[in-house]
Order: sequence, then C-alpha cells, then structure tokens
Amino acid sequence: MIPASFDYLEASSVDHAIALFAEHGDAKFLAGGHSLVPMMKLRLVSPSVLIDIGRLAELSYIDDRGDHVAVGALTRHRELEDSSLLAEQIGLLAHVAGQVGDPQVRNRGTIGGSLVHGDPAADLPAASLALRASMVITGAAGQRVVPAVDFFVNFLETAVGDGELLTEIRFPKRTGTRWAYQKFNRRAMDYAIVAVAVQLGDNPGIALVNMGPTPHFAVAASAALAAGAPASKIADAVLEGTGAWDDSNATREYREHLARELTTRALAKAGYTS
Amino acid sequence: MSTVSVSATVNGVQRTNEVEPRVLLVHYLRDMLRLTGTHVGCDTSNCGACTVILDGAAVKSCTVLAVQARNSEITTIEGLAAPGEPFSAVQQGFHQEHGLQCGYCTPGMIMACTALLAENPDPTEHEIRHALEGNLCRCTGYQMIVNSVRWAAEHPDGVVPARPDATTPVRSTLGAGS
Repeated sequence: MIPASFDYLEASSVDHAIALFAEHGDAKFLAGGHSLVPMMKLRLVSPSVLIDIGRLAELSYIDDRGDHVAVGALTRHRELEDSSLLAEQIGLLAHVAGQVGDPQVRNRGTIGGSLVHGDPAADLPAASLALRASMVITGAAGQRVVPAVDFFVNFLETAVGDGELLTEIRFPKRTGTRWAYQKFNRRAMDYAIVAVAVQLGDNPGIALVNMGPTPHFAVAASAALAAGAPASKIADAVLEGTGAWDDSNATREYREHLARELTTRALAKAGYTS
Repeated sequence: MSTVSVSATVNGVQRTNEVEPRVLLVHYLRDMLRLTGTHVGCDTSNCGACTVILDGAAVKSCTVLAVQARNSEITTIEGLAAPGEPFSAVQQGFHQEHGLQCGYCTPGMIMACTALLAENPDPTEHEIRHALEGNLCRCTGYQMIVNSVRWAAEHPDGVVPARPDATTPVRSTLGAGS
C-alpha cells in the first residue's frame, strides 16, 4: 500500500509550520507518522501537502514545572517510558507509554501524534484523561489551553482545529503516587479491546479505552472514587456515559463486563481501599 | 510530480536519491537501493519483517517515509556482515540455534534483536520476548529465536567455540539468565 501523491514541506519551527499550513490549506502535520502514515497508506486520508514537524527539537522535552510536568508534543513514547522524572512524578504516563504497540512503534510514535489522532482504542488518550492533563494548542492566534476532558470531541476528532498544533501536554503532579493501568488484548502489540486507567491521590481519575467513539473519562466513577466509595460501587458507576460497540473483537456486553472487571482489578492493583 | 532529495548513510555508504515524498522507507531500500534483504510482510506495521535500525533505534520501515529518514544513518540486514565476512553475533546465533524455518521474518527479527542487544547486552528470556513483541514468526514458535538471542548474548564476538568433542552438539543454556 502506497499513499496518494502529496507535496512534502519541512517546517523549521512551530511558527513556520503554522504559516505553511495557512499558505497551503489542504495539509496535514506529520510528527512520528505512526497514525497518519497508516491512514494515508489505506487512503483514508490523502492530504495534498504534508508539513513535517518531526524534527522540531523545540517540541521534544519532559520538564518539571513545579506543580506539573510539561511534555513536548513530539516526545516519543520510548522517551516517556524511559523518563526517570515521569517514573517518579507521573508514573501512570510512563507505564502506559510502555504499553503502546511494540518497541519499534514506541521508537517512532509521539505523544502529541497519538493524542491528536484521538483514537478511542489508543492508550495515551485515556492516560491523559485519568491524569486530568491540559493540552496546549498553538495556532496563528496564539496559544490556548484545553482540559483533556474537553479535548476528545468525536471519533478521531479533537479540539485541535485546522492549522493548529498540539504543542505541549501538562500533567498535574499528584500527592499520591498510586495508579494502575489494566489493558485487555489478545496479542502483545494489539490495541486494547478494553483498558482502564486509574489514578488515585488528589483529584483522582478513571478513564476507559475503547468504550465509545472517543477516549472516555468516567465522570461518575471518578466522582465516586474521589468520595471514597467502595470499589464495587465505583465499578458499577464506570459504565455511565459509555457507548461501547460490537465489533470483530468483542460484543458491547462483553466490553461492559471487561470495563467493570478491569476497573475492579485496577483499583485493587493501585491499592485502593475505601 | 515533485521529488525530494534524500541523502542517508545506508550501511556505512552515503546515498543520495531523488525520491517521491510518498515513497516508504522500505521501498526506498528495496527498490531504489536494491537492498532486498529487508522484507515487506504485513505492510501495516504489525509483523516487523521490515525492521531496520534508523539512527540507533529499531523501526518498521513500512511505516516511515523515506523523506523522514533524510540525513539519518540506516542499517539493514545487509549491513551486519559483508559477503564473505563472518556473521554478526546475532546472525551467528540464529545459525547456531536454528532460529528460523522459512526465513521470511528473519531479517526483521535479527535487526530487532541487534537493537535489543545494543541496549541490553545480557537480556533475560522475558526481556527478549518483550523486546520482540513487534516481530511475528509463524514457523518457530519463538523458542529457538529466544535461544538464538541468548547465544548471541553469550558469544558477543559471534565466534563459535571449538567443539571439545565433535559428537557433542554446541548449545547455549536454554533460557539462561531468566
């Protein structure tokens, strides 16, 4: 499979990338290419122009900013997985990054690319929801900050508009360091059939993978967790607002069973006691 | 149709080609440079047959555009040992431990294993299996591949020890280090 023809431009900075987009219109930004290139090979998307931002060193960093850790959008999964700062401060993120795909994919894929792709089956969007991250979006008019819960708008659609770039993701630090990620799939490299991310501590969160058209923040279950409800009550609440579907991997009913069960396991693994 | 000039160091040799932006790295290597040791397997970044080492990291070359590899260093299976030269340790490990049957996955498998040992010269069986999650083999059941990597870890210079007794087969310790 070979993508349709396109013109290739390389951006030398974030501002240059945004200017190139304004100039060319029917364009896509290329980061690591591990969501976009497969889509282009399948001809699900065929932009006229690719604007390569993949080598912008200014967007690759993991910085301690006091009350949060800021991650540049072009930071690769492998760098998240190997970061001692993240392992110490935002352990859920480092762990989940190590669950994405396989080593080759993690060597190329970027956190920003994964989040902007907005796949409900992907790992990092759910982690960013459970961690209550904030997304910094940069466009011609400047920067705006969108909470993760408002970022995933629809199937493969995020709050990032045409000509805008996700440039940074901010993860608030937690007083608690307990968390868990429970991912159910059939083969090591596969997308999750269902997965559950749980973060305890101040302002805890629970998020679900593949339980609807978007990465899903479990509002009711997160509130029950914050209120110290028994684990069984939290697991009961986790399906509220989900819209799982039937596909070749699982029925909706099976996914709902998985979501409840994986929530129970994640809470136990994180050491949650009501 | 617009093309882009792609310069890269491939197996130690500087190469420059005019490349259509949509050309995948695996097709650049196979069709333009005639380095056909890198295989196209699933073509969907699942199977790992197309794995090459790009600036020190194993990547699936069916999911990288050739233009993304501009000014990079690329190593393919052909770069591990020139014709007539001794095998690399990993190649020799696959030879000694019979880490293949049909051989289709082998170039990608060997490149992924080479990248693993560069980072972790003495991996446990678990670490080997984890590192090979992105490489599928439908023949071997993987055990002999794991043995091959262990052989390479135990013989980093790739030299086959002289047999003390010609009737005794030379084998690495099964699952050693795990």
